[in-house]
Order: sequence, then structure tokens, then C-alpha cells
Amino acid sequence: MKGSIVIILFFIAGVICGINGWIQPPDTGYDISFYALAALMFFVGMNVGHDVDTLKGVRSADPRLLLLPLMTIGGTLAGCALISLFVPRTAAECLAVGSGFGYYSLSSIFVSKYCGAELGTIALLSNIFREIITLLGAPVLAAVFGRLAPISAGGATSMDTTLPIISQVSGRDMVIVSVFHGFVVDFSVPFLVTLFCTL
Amino acid sequence: MIALIGIMLLGVATGLLLRNRRMPWISTAVTILVWLLLFLLGLEAGANDAVVRGALNLGWQAIAISLAATLGSAGAACILWKYITGKKGKR
Repeated sequence: MKGSIVIILFFIAGVICGINGWIQPPDTGYDISFYALAALMFFVGMNVGHDVDTLKGVRSADPRLLLLPLMTIGGTLAGCALISLFVPRTAAECLAVGSGFGYYSLSSIFVSKYCGAELGTIALLSNIFREIITLLGAPVLAAVFGRLAPISAGGATSMDTTLPIISQVSGRDMVIVSVFHGFVVDFSVPFLVTLFCTL
Repeated sequence: MIALIGIMLLGVATGLLLRNRRMPWISTAVTILVWLLLFLLGLEAGANDAVVRGALNLGWQAIAISLAATLGSAGAACILWKYITGKKGKR
């Protein structure tokens, strides 16, 4: 949670500098943000490759639980497609925002890169809200939708920030499923966000 | 964007090759890059008058999309949970 607050403070600092015109935003194209994003993608990939051994424990889980990431992705996209009828955004834009699955740092950067700063800001806020809803609402979600619901609601964060609450609400036996789920959903974020941004 | 996904896959391959080494600095590097990029996103959003004027409106859209996304995924998880526990005959 402390980490998320620091991240939001950096965003707010940027907004304040931007509003007052203290620092000019770099031109779009092959600028500093592209190289920083390329480096970020490399390290994110490296983290995935490096941690792949932690997933071996998932072999002992019920194989049907391996479908959970697909349910999360499908359910999220269905919800976003439905809500696009009620907000002044195209379905593709809503799907691009929803495809962040709570991974607000990476998804907002991707969305702003390909769909502009306005949708990027929505992506940042929306995916932060998703994490907050999961952190606060996990007990209710588990009671209404069953023990898998907090994991799906957590999306890509089910392997890190929302894991402690998931372990409490869904049970210790769900921890490895939650990590596996976060891993797969995490990995899908850049693919799905770019897909929907280019539609 | 294909270049970016390629770079990520290159990172995965590098991570796999180096997985026997402890590399705590990767997370630090990721954190610092995320700070930089979100500062830049804030800068771009703050310099854009349309975004600043519509901030409240953007906030409502963001809440609507996140609620829809969360409930949609929870509903899908519910279907899988019923399927799994139903077959075992316990809850």
C-alpha cells in the first residue's frame, strides 16, 4: 500500500508540474518515455522469467483452477463491454482500460502511449480503484461469489498487493492459485491493452 | 508496440537464463522506472487542458469501468467455483 501511495504521489507531482507549465512534456514518438518503457518491459519480463520456479507448486492444485485466469479475463472484458453502453467511451476504449486488471502502473503507461493521456489517466484511476475495491471488498466478494472471487477481482495484483487479503479471505490453500493467476493475468496485460488500443 | 512486447519476451528469456542468481535490484529498477513514467504521464495529463477540465468526469468513468470489470470477473469466478464445488458435492 505504501508503494502505491508513492506511485500516486509521482503522478500528482507530474500533474502539478504540467498544469503550471514548469516542465514541458517530452514530444511523443521515440523519446525518453519510450526508452524508459522499453527498459521497464525488459525488467518486467526478466522478473517473470526469474520467478518462474515459484509456479511449480501449482501442479498440486485442482487442474480446473488453472482456468481461473481465463475466467478473470473473460469476465472483466464482458463487464467492460457492458459498461461501455453507459459511459461516453467506445467499447474498445473501455476494454483497453479494463485490460489493466489492476496493474495500473504498466497499463496506464501503455494506454497513454497508444490512446493518449486522457484515456491513460482513466486507466490509472480505474485500475487503482480495482485494487482498492479488492482490498476493501474481498470478504463481501467471497461471501457473495465464492472463494475464487477475490482472486479474480484482484486481477494481476493477486500475486502481490492483494495476496495477503486473498490468503485471509479465500484461505491459505488458495495462495498458490492466486500467485499463478496473478502471473498469467499480469503477462496478458501488455498484449490485451495494445490489442484494444489499436482496434 | 510489437517492439515493446519483443523486448519483454527478451527479458523473460534473460530472466530464465539467470534464474539461479539472486537479483533483488530488478524490482528496484522496475520501481524507479514506474516512478519516472508515471511522473511523465502526470506531466502530459496536467499539460492537457481537456484532461484537467474533465478530471471529475474522467473519475466517474474510471469508477464505472472498474466496478464493471471487478464484478464481471467475480461473476466469472463464481461460475468456475460452482462448477468445481458442485462436482465435488461440497461447499
